[in-house]
Amino acid sequence: MKPFVLNVALAAIAMSCANSVASRAAWEPVRPVEFIVPAGTGGGADQMARTIQGIVTKHNLMKQPLVVINKAGGAGGEGFLDVKTSSGNPHKIIITLSNLFTTPLATGIPFNWKDLSPVAMLALDEFVLWVNAEKPYNSVKDYVDAAKKAPSGSFKMGGTGSKQEDQIITVGIEKVIDAKFTYIPYKGGGEVAVQLVGNHVDSTVNNPIEAVAQWRGGKLRPLCVFDAQPMAYDEPIADGKAWKDIPTCKSQGLAMEYLMLRGIFMSPKATKDQIEYYVELFKKVRATPEWQEFMKSGAFNTTFLTGADYAKWIEAEEKRHEVLMKEAGFLASGN
Amino acid sequence: MEELVNLFHGFAVALQPYNMMLMIIGITLGVIIGVLPGLGGANGVAILLPLTFSMPPTSAIIMLSCIYWGALFGGAITSILFNIPGEPWSVATTFDGYPMAQQGRPGEALTAAFTSSFVGALFAVIMITLVAPLVAGFALRFGPAEKFAVYFLAFCSFVGLSKEPPFKTIAAMMMGFALAAVGLDSITGQLRLTFGVTELLNGFDFLIAVIGLFGIGEILLTMEEGLAFRGGNASINLRVVLQTWRGLPAYWMTSLRSCLIGCWMGVTPAGATPASFMSYGIAKRLARRGNNFGKGEIEGVIAPETAAHAAGTSALLPMLSLGVPGSPTAAVLLGGLLIWGLQPGPMLFVEQKEFVWGLIASMYLGNLAGLIVVLTCVPIFAAILRVPFGIIAPLILVLCAIGAYSVHNSTFDVMLMLVFGVLGYLLKKCNYPLAPLVLAIVLGDKAEEAFRQSLLGSQGSLGVFFSNGLVSTIMALGLVALFWSAIQEGYSRLRTSLA
Repeated sequence: MKPFVLNVALAAIAMSCANSVASRAAWEPVRPVEFIVPAGTGGGADQMARTIQGIVTKHNLMKQPLVVINKAGGAGGEGFLDVKTSSGNPHKIIITLSNLFTTPLATGIPFNWKDLSPVAMLALDEFVLWVNAEKPYNSVKDYVDAAKKAPSGSFKMGGTGSKQEDQIITVGIEKVIDAKFTYIPYKGGGEVAVQLVGNHVDSTVNNPIEAVAQWRGGKLRPLCVFDAQPMAYDEPIADGKAWKDIPTCKSQGLAMEYLMLRGIFMSPKATKDQIEYYVELFKKVRATPEWQEFMKSGAFNTTFLTGADYAKWIEAEEKRHEVLMKEAGFLASGN
Repeated sequence: MEELVNLFHGFAVALQPYNMMLMIIGITLGVIIGVLPGLGGANGVAILLPLTFSMPPTSAIIMLSCIYWGALFGGAITSILFNIPGEPWSVATTFDGYPMAQQGRPGEALTAAFTSSFVGALFAVIMITLVAPLVAGFALRFGPAEKFAVYFLAFCSFVGLSKEPPFKTIAAMMMGFALAAVGLDSITGQLRLTFGVTELLNGFDFLIAVIGLFGIGEILLTMEEGLAFRGGNASINLRVVLQTWRGLPAYWMTSLRSCLIGCWMGVTPAGATPASFMSYGIAKRLARRGNNFGKGEIEGVIAPETAAHAAGTSALLPMLSLGVPGSPTAAVLLGGLLIWGLQPGPMLFVEQKEFVWGLIASMYLGNLAGLIVVLTCVPIFAAILRVPFGIIAPLILVLCAIGAYSVHNSTFDVMLMLVFGVLGYLLKKCNYPLAPLVLAIVLGDKAEEAFRQSLLGSQGSLGVFFSNGLVSTIMALGLVALFWSAIQEGYSRLRTSLA
């Protein structure tokens, strides 16, 4: 009898090991997952997070609910610190924008992206130089000439937030064309676009999704896109022009490139399987027609990166932000 | 004329049985959300948004906007019964609504509040129907200087038109400005007054302050005064609704004025909160029984509620036609529109006629359905006050704590709420008015931002606040409101010396 008992015991142990291996290989959330948005409701990151939530719910991609929570305080610092302090909690993910780099640099809060576990880059958001359609600037050249001719500081650039992506681009443009703008920060991208329509500012660098409605309504005119290549979408939007027809700023003599990360991170100390689970989830999200429609409506750059490639990209981008912010004098004292 | 044809087509869409059912469900859910403090309209709509993704866009927006109406109606309930406003624009409703409830007239106050909300919203919807394309362009004229002028007018009308000693009002307001300054300075992008405390990154949230100042402070006061709500003898039948209605037409002037203030403030992107405060302040000055305001005057409920709802409703116009959300709830609705593939903006009215007019028709019907639902429940709500204080007070405390916690899911906020409770109690004991403090917390940082944006644009010249007809008029109105007492006194002295 004895060997039999032993065998059974061994088999049980082996099976439980196999079980635990199997269950570890296929980690799955066991409670609702918090999806932190380090920005307010209605902004670009928020819209993307809520679209993902909608897609996940509609296509039943997760067994547990995905709950979007806005933690916008301190230019997103609230959200980043919340995820940073939830070490080892795999039920918390965060969508980032450029404030991943700019907020710690500008405010000096104790946070760096290396505190989090990178999951995937979902897309990159484009920036376009916009002017009011009533203005006589039909090309980048017209615009640059007018900006240079205006008395120093009287040309107004509107943008979202202070010492964030829009202002970084503004400082970049100033350096390239050797002119001085007055940068006026607003709370959200939609508001910035409307201020441009109302002629309260002279130009903006809105993301496509923030300004597309005004472009279609004939109120705004895109001059160029801050990317290395023109955008990929060829469906006509206004006056028979498509996103694809907007030239790159570089080709028009305004050598400045900037793209904004729309990426996913999770709490510190995430295991490989946990990261793998979310990577697979977002692959499924990206395959849905709703996601593709969303990418098209916002003219996103759909680069998708994970793992080491993703980390390498972030690292390079962090260095670049450090340089850009330092040159612009945006670093918090003591940094 | 074309608008009317479109509207009737919209009614046909909204009156389909499926959409009617969604409307009723939405209103009921909304009222529940509105009654729970902290779980305001924005959170409620955000939580329920995914439910609607499988519906056609028109049905989905009908349901969501009904949740929104429901939450607006529901917000007045806690303001009146427990002195806990759930949303910034319900604050002014507590000034007279709560005293009324305490005097045993909760049914009357609730009926007046609900009916005024309905009237204000109806007025705004009619305006949207008739002049939508015209009015949409008006919002474009509002740059930072114009926005600041509107906030300036709201502050001034509160200081100048209030019957409190002006220096106590100003002292309370300054305290509010100081609290509003904590957190991220949105112009320089730097943190200020946080002293390295990461919990303060977000500044002091209006809701936490209000739940503490009003809700907790009130419970402390009641405890001191002998553990009793004085609303116990509230009449609890539907007759009170009819009786109140009979009295309401006498206040048509206040209603009309509040409707106009509300619509104007809603279309300019200033929003419902300044509208409700301003309307209350002006009614206090102009009403025949203005001296009684703050002690339970029905006009003091009608004025802010009408204006807030007229503003809240007309604020949807800039959202649809310009894509600028006027409130957090509107922002979440905007997110919904994008998910359904609808791009708000100037072209929405041209390209998505069925959707836009379906929505406008549902505003008419949703408001009506909401009014019926909440009015039939007035006796039930009023009966809550019959529950003994010993039972209801702990329940309110728990509700307050849940509300404060759910704003940012943080226990720090619950502590903060208690601190504000004590502060509210002390201020009341010293006869400092709480309303200017709250007004300054709500609008302080927005006013500061608009002020600094204007000065950035004008390169430091204050002349920007008098640079065109629109902004000069609003600023001048503000100054008149600020010095109203002096002007009035001078006028009457002049008259006596002439006589």
